[in-house]
Amino acid sequence: MFKNSWIFCKRELKSYFNSPVAYIVITIFLLISGWFFFNNLFIANQADFQGLFSVAPFIFMFFAPAISMRLISEEKRSGTMEILVTLPVKDWEVVLGKYLSALILLSVAILLTLTYTLTLSTLGNLDEGALVGGYLGLIMVGATYLSVGIFTSSLTKNQVVAFVLSFVIVFILFMLDKVVIFFPGFLAGFLEYLSVEYHFSNIARGVIDSRDIIYYLSVISFFILLAVRSLESRKWR
Amino acid sequence: MIRVKNLTKNYGELKAVDDISFEVKTGEIVGFLGPNAAGKTTTMRIITCFMPPTSGTVEVDDLNIFDNSLEIRGKIGYLPENAPLYWEMNVVEYLEFIMGLRGVGKDNFSQRKKDIIDLCGLGSVTHKDIGELSKGFRQRVGLAQAMIHNPEILILDEPTIGLDPNQIVEIRNLIKQLGREKTVILSTHILPEVEATCGRVLIIHEGKIVADGTPKELQSGFEGKERIYLELKKTVENIESKLKMLEQVEKVEKVATPSVETRGFYIESDKGVDLREKLFNYSVQNNWTILEMRREQASLEQIFRLLTRS
Repeated sequence: MFKNSWIFCKRELKSYFNSPVAYIVITIFLLISGWFFFNNLFIANQADFQGLFSVAPFIFMFFAPAISMRLISEEKRSGTMEILVTLPVKDWEVVLGKYLSALILLSVAILLTLTYTLTLSTLGNLDEGALVGGYLGLIMVGATYLSVGIFTSSLTKNQVVAFVLSFVIVFILFMLDKVVIFFPGFLAGFLEYLSVEYHFSNIARGVIDSRDIIYYLSVISFFILLAVRSLESRKWR
Repeated sequence: MIRVKNLTKNYGELKAVDDISFEVKTGEIVGFLGPNAAGKTTTMRIITCFMPPTSGTVEVDDLNIFDNSLEIRGKIGYLPENAPLYWEMNVVEYLEFIMGLRGVGKDNFSQRKKDIIDLCGLGSVTHKDIGELSKGFRQRVGLAQAMIHNPEILILDEPTIGLDPNQIVEIRNLIKQLGREKTVILSTHILPEVEATCGRVLIIHEGKIVADGTPKELQSGFEGKERIYLELKKTVENIESKLKMLEQVEKVEKVATPSVETRGFYIESDKGVDLREKLFNYSVQNNWTILEMRREQASLEQIFRLLTRS
């Protein structure tokens, strides 16, 4: 059933790793996150990985749109879309496969920071719960941003437009819990629930709550579904 | 068997395809002929399920594009205009990618791959990136991609564009060869291409079918007048006016000839009137030396121009 999605995913991965895209993304991500991580370690003289986990969702706001912007818009621009959608494959198989490839690339970048965090383990006991939670949270946040990215990529044939649009949406999701003080109580709770950071901070503490996981999975499904619909929109008369 | 019924496609105000109906039988090679923006590509895009029509429908065998899109797409091989391919992939990778999605079985995977590479003459470039290939090779990769699953129906949008004359002949022969067992629809605005490959021609103009038939049928249907080309050796006499005096001659038209020593004329008469014998005798009477005399057939080009002048 997922065979076709896997074929798309493999193609996209090859295309990421055959071009400089993957290497640039991974290197820059590691440099920036490493700087924040070791800053904490050497300047504050604290052996803790919260520095990394607090800055990563912010860095993802730029990286996720950069990774996902080309996924569908490039096919539209170059016309390869015409061959793609006249193959006997379903639209959701295309979207899912492409989404998965971006998620794998981002996960590779995230997991490479394990070299930082695991170095810490030589200095003392790791809080394993917080570490596992933090990484799960990071992947969830990244996955959410990428689902926004693939949706905006399906809207346009211009990669820059796709990037900016997804950055704006992701920025709103990111900022929601920082502006709640301006809103009345009932709305504040609602906005806080919609915020990406709020759920991330829960998970990063090592508390893996199904409510947070459900939040991420529903936002991801929502945007992936929108991307599929947008791809199908060519069929609307 | 492809059945197109009352197909209409509007882009906003513009009617790209306007109530077209036709059938294509299995084993036919049909050429869509028409000026740019006549509606050829749009019609093909609807048949291949890339986009839906505004109204009307297309049936392939007994499947229709709305309910059985997936099955129809499985039966069709499609080469879009300009062969859009992934430039960063190499030829083999790309073909394997398409084969996977086309569901080519494991047991004949490598055989099929080898066959199609041979058939399309891609042997020398299998491990080159598509972006590095010349336009002709890219076009062939596009063709390979369309034929790789051995489809019943081939739809080719301007398949020979960008190829050199040798490659054009090769691709035409390939299409003809395929057309023995497959249904082929190709579009072009190159007229000799249609005459060389297609058993049937549909001339499309401003979204409508303005002619439908074999190239021969179209030619005989559009010969309004008989036309004879006559080339004579130069004499001092005023040949043109003398020719006009001849009975049944409707019109004489002077034509430039490559040499100053000769004079060329187009002589028109009513349909069914054969002036050749008369012209011969008349020339002998006048002591003119005939260098060349031939009946002109209305060419597809003339028909095309006649039908698609806006």
